[in-house]
Amino acid sequence: MFLRLLIRPLSLMAALAVAVPALADEVNLYTTREPGLVKPLLEAFSDRTGIKVNTIFMKDGLAERVSSEGERSPADLLMAVDFGNLTDLVEQGVTQAANSETLNEVVPEALRDANGHWYALSMRARLVYADKDLDLENFHYEDLAKPEWRDRVCLRSGQHPYNTALIAHMIARNGEEATETWLRGVKDNLARRAGGGDRQVARDILGDLCDIGIGNSYYVGLMRSGDSGAEQQQWGEAIQVVLPRFKDGGTHVNVSGAALARYAPNRDNAVKLLEFLVSEEAQALYARANYEYPVSQKAELHPLVAAFGELNVDTLPVAEISSHRHAASLLVDRVGFDN
Amino acid sequence: MTTELVASRPLAPGFFSTAVGRCGRCLVGVGPGWLLVCALVALLVLLPVLSLWAHALEGSGDLWPHLRTYVLPQAFANTVILLAGVGLLVIGIGTGSAWLVTAYEFPGRRFLSWALLLPLAVPTYIVAYVYADLLHPVGPLQTLLRDLLGIASPRDLRLWDIRSMGGCILLLGLVLYPYVYLPVRAMFSMQAAGVLDAARTLGAGAGRRFCRVALPLARPAIAVGTSLALMETLNDIGASEFLGVRTLTVSIYATWLNRSSLPGAAQIALVMLVLVVSLIMLERWARRRQRYADSPRQQRPLTRKSLTGWRWSLVTLAWLPVLLGFLAPALYLLVAAAKRVAFAGIEPQIVQQAFNTVMISAVATAVTVAIAFVLVYTLRQARSATGVRALVRIASLGYAIPGTVLAIGLLGPLGWADGALDNTALWLTGAGTGMVLGGTGFALVYAYTVRFLAIGNGSIESGFDKVPRSLDDAAQSLGAKAVCRARRVHLPLARPAMAAATLLIFVDCMKELPATLLLRPLNFETLATHLYGEAARGTYESGALAALVIVLAGLVPIILLSRYGHNAAR
Repeated sequence: MFLRLLIRPLSLMAALAVAVPALADEVNLYTTREPGLVKPLLEAFSDRTGIKVNTIFMKDGLAERVSSEGERSPADLLMAVDFGNLTDLVEQGVTQAANSETLNEVVPEALRDANGHWYALSMRARLVYADKDLDLENFHYEDLAKPEWRDRVCLRSGQHPYNTALIAHMIARNGEEATETWLRGVKDNLARRAGGGDRQVARDILGDLCDIGIGNSYYVGLMRSGDSGAEQQQWGEAIQVVLPRFKDGGTHVNVSGAALARYAPNRDNAVKLLEFLVSEEAQALYARANYEYPVSQKAELHPLVAAFGELNVDTLPVAEISSHRHAASLLVDRVGFDN
Repeated sequence: MTTELVASRPLAPGFFSTAVGRCGRCLVGVGPGWLLVCALVALLVLLPVLSLWAHALEGSGDLWPHLRTYVLPQAFANTVILLAGVGLLVIGIGTGSAWLVTAYEFPGRRFLSWALLLPLAVPTYIVAYVYADLLHPVGPLQTLLRDLLGIASPRDLRLWDIRSMGGCILLLGLVLYPYVYLPVRAMFSMQAAGVLDAARTLGAGAGRRFCRVALPLARPAIAVGTSLALMETLNDIGASEFLGVRTLTVSIYATWLNRSSLPGAAQIALVMLVLVVSLIMLERWARRRQRYADSPRQQRPLTRKSLTGWRWSLVTLAWLPVLLGFLAPALYLLVAAAKRVAFAGIEPQIVQQAFNTVMISAVATAVTVAIAFVLVYTLRQARSATGVRALVRIASLGYAIPGTVLAIGLLGPLGWADGALDNTALWLTGAGTGMVLGGTGFALVYAYTVRFLAIGNGSIESGFDKVPRSLDDAAQSLGAKAVCRARRVHLPLARPAMAAATLLIFVDCMKELPATLLLRPLNFETLATHLYGEAARGTYESGALAALVIVLAGLVPIILLSRYGHNAAR
């Protein structure tokens, strides 16, 4: 009886359980970047090379999945956002060196792993979104803790990787003690509980819930361009964008990047895809379609992004910022930033 | 009195397990095949838990004191408040509306009685996104309000923010109450009819009948429904994170991803699992002396009373959850989707995604319901022997583990099994199998089954409870073997419960996001993963169409479910 109850669904399952065949002209991409963002790039790559790109988009657990698949993993290329996530992949031992002259040439040293395990493909700056009527010349990240901003600041969760990276950068610059004082100040200035996304900061400024906040650069492009609809365009238009700096440094940027999977079955194709992603054509796409800062000096910025002003990336090496990430996360807890 | 409410003292624990252990052919026995399947299923459900255990044992170093001081107290308090709030809300809405549509007659009653199920089709993360939009100071409602009042700036009219604990409780309650409404309505309409009519004949007023007769009778149904709703609450990550409520589940994620400690996360997850299991056991223990059974031949629907006077306002009140939990978000999605389609057209992939969603959900549902039937049937054949009952309870554990955590727990065993298969095949035939379990449809079906087996077990068990034991004994004394009894007696009698389980599980599979996201094959998108991909970019408007399709696709089984309920009630 129970056999018959089980057999039918089992046979259906067997039909679904067809493993991906390792054809010669394919490359398998595991990505935590949203499919809508990378699709135009992958299509362009397939057009140029005839290599088919199979993708799976996931959010969390990329390293865990690849490492559980072990040497049988079909993964060729692992794409992720945030340098912390990229260094995590290397630490979990699921990557290998790409050994590509092209990559080393195009991607600046500060934006890649010292051993060639991961390469940044694009950059995003962490900016100030503010009410249009404010005068914010020479704004520093440190200023956000000043008492004049009491009940006027909107931010996403302090535990979000974008904010943890910023706080880690602050620790690297100013030390943990000063950063704690700063974070407590910012917490006191919050107009609402930390949460939501960066775009909600713009919307809350439009809704007069707050006057100032922090968000990533490409969101401004996505909103202002009207790509995400008329409503968001209104949010984007409601704010002014300022490129803040650290008191003794430049602007905090984070990266999106990719790493070659340790057991990549289509290694050559994966390297080709990586090299394509830093090519002039792809870098221009990153800038044009996603409103990101390209890593290649040759590609031009989107006019909406260029209008923010000149970006002076802080000079601290990514590896050093990344090393304070854990401390930053614990600091967020200690301060009770999200409570 | 047509329904018997039998309260009997249970036999000493272990009595039947020893009875079963002793004999293969005796009256209360079950064949070893059935037991083996139960044990195997329990093991398969335990595997991810064990794998989490292994992670937890790696130790979180100096993180635990930090978590204990700064993270867990707040997260624990938030979780308790959230659960208590959602619990009260779902019991209130679910029981109240079930009573209204079964005890009273009023125009539109039949329509309301199935419309109350509709919010089941709206995933929690979608309802959170929608209301955050609707109620924002620059959203349609507040803008309208300001226009009406002649107020220019939102600063001059500060209203309550939905992004809060209260908002989270309200929104989760609004979409989760059907878990209570569904079993309680069935209980009121079928089981309680005789006793309630008797109470009326004896002169008990409506309030008294509800409080003294209906509520105590419905307690098992309320308990089952509420625990399902609370488990969903506990598992929710999308809505609570978006609304800024830091629950234990949110902390598990943050510990894993931001505090970079999978062992720490596994430890919190296991502590949470222990808490949930103790709560469920406590509730069962509290009701240990009660048995509910009635004879199937004498079932008949409750005589409904016409609504009079002030009670009419209750009907308006009962429409409120339908309006807020379904109509408002569905209409909003419809508008957003229409705008989106006008702006960007329809993406052709959505058809493929809808197909994938339905296919994988159908397969997983079939597997889950079949396994649940085998488990519960074995339990019945073993006369609820402690050992078998423990196996069935273990098999229900998966519902108490958050989706991603469960998926992480599955990765290890899947990888290990793939390795073993591959090596064996290599050794036997000289050709490896590669990956046939991990990263395939199998992984998804496995995850869904582990996750939702509790719904199947619970529903079918409560269906079996209505079948008198005398039928088993009669069939057995007529010489019917276990398989034959299952096919000829239990399967037909448990059909309504199986149908309800099938539909609930199907809807849940379609909405499932976190495990799907992590375990699915390459190039395989479901409606939920597509929507999430858009929402993660912050443009959930572009996912409005997918959200609408999830809601609409969820409607089909819900309508079937309600029609089935109707036929049964008639």
